[in-house]
Amino acid sequence: MGYVAVKGGTDAIHNSQQLVEFYRLKDATTPLDIKQIRTQLRMAVDKVMGEGGVYAPEYAAIALKQAEGEVFEAAFILRAFRATLQRKYYSEAINTREMFVRRKISASFREIPGGQILGPTRDYTQRILDTTKAFEDQEAIKKFLTDFKVPVNSDKLAEITTFAKVIDLLKNEGLLKPIDPDEDRTLKDITREAIKFPAPRSARLQMLARAETGGLMALGYASMRGFGSVHPTVGELRYGAVKVKVKDATGRSRYIGKIEVTEAETISAGKSAKKKSAPYYNIGYGLCFGQNDTKVICMGILDTAMRTPDVNSPANDQEFVLYHTEGIESMGFVNHLKLPHYVTFQSELKNIRGAVERSAEKPTEQAIQSPQLQSV
Amino acid sequence: MVENIKYANKYNFAFIDEATKKEIRRKLLKAVAIPGYQVPYSSPEMPIARGWGTGGLHVTLAIIGREDIFKIIDQGSDASVNACNLREFVHQMTNCQTTYDTSEATLIQTRHRITEEELTENQIFVYQVPQPEPLRSVERYEYRTRQMHGEADYAKMWVSLYESYVRSGDIMLGAGYPVKVNKRYIMAPSPIPRWDVPNLNQSKALHLFGAGREKRLYAVPPYTTVEALEFEDVKFHTEDFKGTECYKTGYKKAFLDELYFDDGSKHFIINDSNFLDKLVEKESPKQHENKYIKQLQS
Repeated sequence: MGYVAVKGGTDAIHNSQQLVEFYRLKDATTPLDIKQIRTQLRMAVDKVMGEGGVYAPEYAAIALKQAEGEVFEAAFILRAFRATLQRKYYSEAINTREMFVRRKISASFREIPGGQILGPTRDYTQRILDTTKAFEDQEAIKKFLTDFKVPVNSDKLAEITTFAKVIDLLKNEGLLKPIDPDEDRTLKDITREAIKFPAPRSARLQMLARAETGGLMALGYASMRGFGSVHPTVGELRYGAVKVKVKDATGRSRYIGKIEVTEAETISAGKSAKKKSAPYYNIGYGLCFGQNDTKVICMGILDTAMRTPDVNSPANDQEFVLYHTEGIESMGFVNHLKLPHYVTFQSELKNIRGAVERSAEKPTEQAIQSPQLQSV
Repeated sequence: MVENIKYANKYNFAFIDEATKKEIRRKLLKAVAIPGYQVPYSSPEMPIARGWGTGGLHVTLAIIGREDIFKIIDQGSDASVNACNLREFVHQMTNCQTTYDTSEATLIQTRHRITEEELTENQIFVYQVPQPEPLRSVERYEYRTRQMHGEADYAKMWVSLYESYVRSGDIMLGAGYPVKVNKRYIMAPSPIPRWDVPNLNQSKALHLFGAGREKRLYAVPPYTTVEALEFEDVKFHTEDFKGTECYKTGYKKAFLDELYFDDGSKHFIINDSNFLDKLVEKESPKQHENKYIKQLQS
């Protein structure tokens, strides 16, 4: 069968694959070390793990290297890799009350148990382009590290323990909304089952945890700014390491390692459905891999918003939020527009040509009006 | 000694693990048992982007066996870049024989076309589906469309067809024309042109549809009634290629692509690359038969 174009298609994709590799390497600079990416591009690695849906900093770093730093693409590569791994266990629920806290802040109280701990954050840095970074060398790094360690009293490190949570204060006072007995509390696994609506909170939070940060931010911001009504107070935002445990075959709980997570509990005042009953506080919850404040806060906003369905604000609409913040799926589908569509286009073209011919034959009032309608 | 398994990626036959394949096959059985009904499934991520044929791949990889001969087309062409990429992927993961020859293939994956050559009882035809929900254009919420299907409440769909006729003098739906399967479910046939829609009716082959991003599978079993939606007085019709013919073969009874040459002149060519090849080689492949093709002059 001698159809030339078939050969052409295969050759074209092979050449394109070669070319993209060439573009990655063409200036023949020092190859990026995976360890360097893991440590110096920590936030990018965290984002890729979160959206990729698997906690594997090293693999996330490899994906980032492979994708020339494109976070969407790297998260997609990691997600596809994740799908080839067999799920052998479900971990026990992680306990963030036992977190080794690296950062812990509350906007709702001036003082909280254990105090406000800023930890590593760029929140209070001045965003001035630091051109000295262009000349950073090993020596400068070493000097910084030595100087940094001078005031640290290593004897005190052992004293660091776990901290009580801010929401526990409110809970003990009885200000939190009691759990609705009608709420669907079934535990879904969204990686093994297609989501159905209305989705239980377990599925919603899982979807949000893997969702794309920018997408969550757009909707969370919209809800705060005016297209919705959730403007919460950050009850607590903490970032640190938590233990992961699984049950082995004998039912014994086994410690398998630590992961770093960011967690947010946002507080917003809710109205009771009944007229005379007292108002209460709603807790919005967000948790993701690594350090990503923006993501967990927006998760908190959207978690709260989705609990009161309202089609007039996008953030309160489960289907709208969950389907469209799924970064891997949105990116794939948006980019599929680059695929050839000439058959579908031809089919539409036949209809449009027919309609244009018919309207040219007898210009009805409607045909004249319709362009105006469209321009509205 | 503990073996160092780091970076030692080993993929299962046909990439997907057996537990997930089993799940997909069970959902496919359900889909075959209820023709036209959309069955939700796990839809694991593939190393191919969402919207680029993941659903079709799930189906193909879940059912492919070592003896299968695999063909894949995109917009009717074996040559399309994405088809080439998916063909390589399936070949790498299964080592199955691949072919361009429609009649030789046992498993055919497609994006947006049914082959011109008639399918047989020994073939399975797998569609890549971007939007499995035919009612999405009239109802944006999934939980409502599921309810509408459950109650066979298709009033909104009929009204939209009627409105289209009133506005434009025709039902303005192009590719992916909605069909009713087995007199029960309205189904999206994936964006195949209207030309292909009649070929689903009483087809000898098994047709399986995979919508990966939307996580739905559905099926048209062999010898199932599939009807394009139409009114008693306003009928469904296929694309009209009147006055045109394939510039290479002079053939008129196939779906044609509109080409523009460097000098701006317009030409038409048979869209199905293998069908075109066969006509050029003076073979006479057996084409699908339907009343719309019969009406055409040869």
